[in-house]
Amino acid sequence: MTDDGGAVEEDGATDGRVGATDDSEHYEAVVVGCGPGGAAAAATLANNGVETLVLERGVDAGSKNVSGGLIYAEESAPYTIDGLFPGFREEATERPATENYIHNVAGDRVATFDISELHHHDTEWADSVLRRKMDSWLAERVHEMTRETGGGLLTEVRVTGLLRDGGEIVGVETAELDPITADLIVAADGVNSELARDAGLMDWEEPEEWYQGVKAVVDVEPDAINERFGVDDDEGVAHLFSGDLFDGVRGGGFLYTNRDSLSVGTVFHLDSIAAERAEPHELLDNLLTHPLMARWLGDDYREREYSAKLVPDSKKVALESPHEGRLLVVGDAAGQMQAQGPIIKGMNHAVTAGALAAEAFVDARSRGRPERAGQLYEEKLHGEGVMEKLRPSAYRNLGSLGEVEPLADWSDRLVESSLGRYAVRALGSGVLERLYSSPRLVSMIPDTRTPYVTLPTVIAEELGERVTDRNEVEPPELDDRIGELTYDVGDPHIELVDNSYAASGTAVTACPVSAEDFGGGCYRDERVKTNGHEEHVVSLDTQPCVECGTCAVVAETDWEHPDGGKGVEFREG
Amino acid sequence: MRTVVLTKGVPDFREGQVSFDEDGHLERGKTPTVMNPNDKHALRAALQTRVRNGGTVSLMSMGPPGYEEVLQEGMTDVYADDCYLLSDREMGAADTWATAMTVATGIQNLEESPDLVFAGFKTADGETGHTGPQTAWCLGMPLVTHVVALDVDEEAGTLRAKRLVEGDVEEIETVETELPAFVVADPEFEPTYRKAAHRLAWKDLREETRERAESFEDHLTVWDHADLNLDPDYIGLDGSPTIVAGVDPIPRAPSEREATVVDPDDESGMEQVFDELAPYAAGD
Repeated sequence: MTDDGGAVEEDGATDGRVGATDDSEHYEAVVVGCGPGGAAAAATLANNGVETLVLERGVDAGSKNVSGGLIYAEESAPYTIDGLFPGFREEATERPATENYIHNVAGDRVATFDISELHHHDTEWADSVLRRKMDSWLAERVHEMTRETGGGLLTEVRVTGLLRDGGEIVGVETAELDPITADLIVAADGVNSELARDAGLMDWEEPEEWYQGVKAVVDVEPDAINERFGVDDDEGVAHLFSGDLFDGVRGGGFLYTNRDSLSVGTVFHLDSIAAERAEPHELLDNLLTHPLMARWLGDDYREREYSAKLVPDSKKVALESPHEGRLLVVGDAAGQMQAQGPIIKGMNHAVTAGALAAEAFVDARSRGRPERAGQLYEEKLHGEGVMEKLRPSAYRNLGSLGEVEPLADWSDRLVESSLGRYAVRALGSGVLERLYSSPRLVSMIPDTRTPYVTLPTVIAEELGERVTDRNEVEPPELDDRIGELTYDVGDPHIELVDNSYAASGTAVTACPVSAEDFGGGCYRDERVKTNGHEEHVVSLDTQPCVECGTCAVVAETDWEHPDGGKGVEFREG
Repeated sequence: MRTVVLTKGVPDFREGQVSFDEDGHLERGKTPTVMNPNDKHALRAALQTRVRNGGTVSLMSMGPPGYEEVLQEGMTDVYADDCYLLSDREMGAADTWATAMTVATGIQNLEESPDLVFAGFKTADGETGHTGPQTAWCLGMPLVTHVVALDVDEEAGTLRAKRLVEGDVEEIETVETELPAFVVADPEFEPTYRKAAHRLAWKDLREETRERAESFEDHLTVWDHADLNLDPDYIGLDGSPTIVAGVDPIPRAPSEREATVVDPDDESGMEQVFDELAPYAAGD
C-alpha cells in the first residue's frame, strides 16, 4: 500500500490513521498523450461529461513530436479538429496550403505538376502546422475542458505501461504517479506507443512498416515568404519533391510555408534507408542544396530546428482492431498514418479516431456496457470510412502486387526503357498532371522505386526544364544541428543488446543524429583491437537522441522513452 | 486548513554578493537581502500541505520594509493568499526571543488562528535555530522539528511527520501530534506529489494565484508594535536578553600562499605530501 504521496510511512506501510489511501486513483477515462488524437478524445469525452485525466509525457504538449506537416479537415470525416476546438485555425495553425505542386527532379532538370486538385479533393481545408505551438494550444483547451469534469491535463508524466488486475487491463502505471485505474484508457501515445506494445497490439519488427521523416524548420520573414512564393499573409504553398535527389532511397521531400518559417523535410521508407545505408541528414541536405530550392530559401539560410520522427505506414500496419479490453488505441499508436505517393495525412485521422474512441465509450456506457467500447470503436472506424482510407482496398488489390520483386524490377526497367520514355513523352505534362491528381490512382501506388525514384526521374529527363539558379545554401553540419537541440536525458533509455556491427551497424547510418565518420552522435562505428584481434562494433551515446525510435526497428536495441519531461524537447516540432 | 509560514530576509551570502568593510564587518546596505535559504523548505512543506489539504497560506516576517521583496518572492513560490510584515523601529535589533515574542503576537493577531505554522531550520545570518521553537513555545503549540516528510489528516485533526534525528548515525523517526502544531522543516524535506489529483490542484493554484502575485501589495498587511499592542520594553533591542559580547571577524585567507608543486610520479615527494597531511587526517 502506498501512502498519500509516499511522504510518511514506516517499513513501507502506513497504519491507516494518517494519509493512508487506496493503492490507486480512479478516473472514468485516462487519455495518454495530448497530440491531436489524444486532444480530440479528451475533448469529446469532456463534452460528454466523462471525468477525464490526460497525461502528457513532454514538458509541454507538442514538445515530443514533429510534423511534416499539413493538418487536413476532410469533408467526409465525422470529426475535424476545428469542429472540436473552435478558433483552432486562427490560433494554432500556420498558413493554409492554397497551392500544391509536385516536382519531378533529375539532376538540374525539373518537371513540375500542379496537384492542387488532388489535395483539394475531399478537403475542407489543409493548414501547415508546427507541433509545439499547435499541441500546446490544444493542451490548454483540453485542460480547461477536462478540468470541468473533475479531471485535467498533466504534463511531464510518462505512462510506462498498463496496470492489470488478474490479467485484465484496469489502468495505467506511470513513472511519476501512483497507479491510476480507469474505465477507459485511450492510448494516443504516438508512434513509439508503450501502451500499444504492452497490450501486444504493435511490434517493432519490420522496417518496411515504417517511414522516417527528417525536417528542418527554416527561419524566413513573413514578407519574404509572401514575395518568394507569391502569396498573401493568409495563403500558403505546399511543394513535394521526388526523383533522383535522394541517392535512390524510396521517398520524397516536402516544403510547406509557415507564418514566418518554412518546413523543409524528407520522408523515406525505413527499409530503403536501412538497405541503402543512407544518411538521413545528407538526404535532407541534397534537397536543401538543389538549385530549385534557391528561389525559396534565399541566400541567408538559418535553421531554427532539426528534427526527426518515425511514422507508421497505415497500408501495412493500421490496426484492424485497435483495442484490447478497456484500452483503445488512436493515431500513430494505432498505425493510423496514411502516406500514399503525394498524399500524406495522419493528424486528421488521429483526430477522427480519437473522437470516435471517445464517442464509442460514451455510447457503450449509456447502454450500460462500457466494456463494449473497443468493439464499438472498431465498428465506427469501419463505418465512418476511416479504415478504408488507411488501408485502401485498391492498394490491397492492386498496389501491393507491384511490390512483388520480379514485378517491381520489371516496372522499373519498363519505365526506363525507350518504350517507357516514349510513353512519358506521349502522355505529356497535361495527362501526367491529371494522373498525379487522381485520388484513385494515388491510392494504389506501390511502395517501390518506380513511383518514387524511377518514374519521376524519367519524367524530369523527358519533360523537365533546366533550373539555372545558384543555390548558396550551406546547411549546418550534423554536430551543429544536434548542438541546437535541447536534451535532459538522465538515465540512458536505450540499451544496445548486440553491439556487433553486423547486428546493429544500420543504427549508425539510419539514425538521424548519427553518421559514419561522425563521433558525436547517438551511435558510433568503432573498431576495437584486443590482443591482436579486431572487432567491428557499434557504440552508443544516448545524449543526442531525438527519440524517433529508428534504432529500435533497424538494430538490436531495447528502446524506451525517457521519463516525463526528459529527453529531447522540440521547440518547433 | 489555515497555514502560516514564517520567513526572514538575510544577507545574500553567495560569492560576489556579500560586501565587507575594512574591518571585515558585513555591510548590510551594500549586500542584497534574500529569503533565508532554509525557509524555502518551510515554504515547500506548506505548499505540499495546501495542495493536498486545501485551505489558505499566509506568509509572515519581521523586519525592515525591504523584507517586502522576500515576502513577494515567497508569495510566488507558495501561492500565498496574503502576507504580513511586522515592522517598525521598536522591533529593530531583536534577538531570537524578542523576535519570537513579536511573531507569536502577530500570529495571534490574525483573524483566524492557524492549524499549522511552518518555519525553516536556522537562518543564514544568526544560525541559532532558536526562533522557530521559541515562537512555538510562545504560542503553546506542540513542536516538531527536523521534519523531512509530513502528512495532515484533517478529519482526525492530526499531523504525522517523519523527522531526522542526528546522533551517531542519522535516524528517521515518525511522530504524530494533534493540530494546531508548529513544524520546523529540515533542509532534507522533500515534497512529494504522487497523486494526479494533487498535481491538478497544484496547477489550479498556480492559475488562481498568478494575478495575486502580480498585485502583491494589495495582499500585504504591515503591522507595527502599536497594531499588535506590544510594549516596546519587551520587543526589539530592549526586549532582547541576549548580550553579544563581541564579534570576531573571520580571518581572511592570505591573497598569496606558498605552494610546492609535487609530481605524482615523484615517490619521495609524494611521501612528503602524505607526511604533511597525516596529522590532519588523524585529527591532530
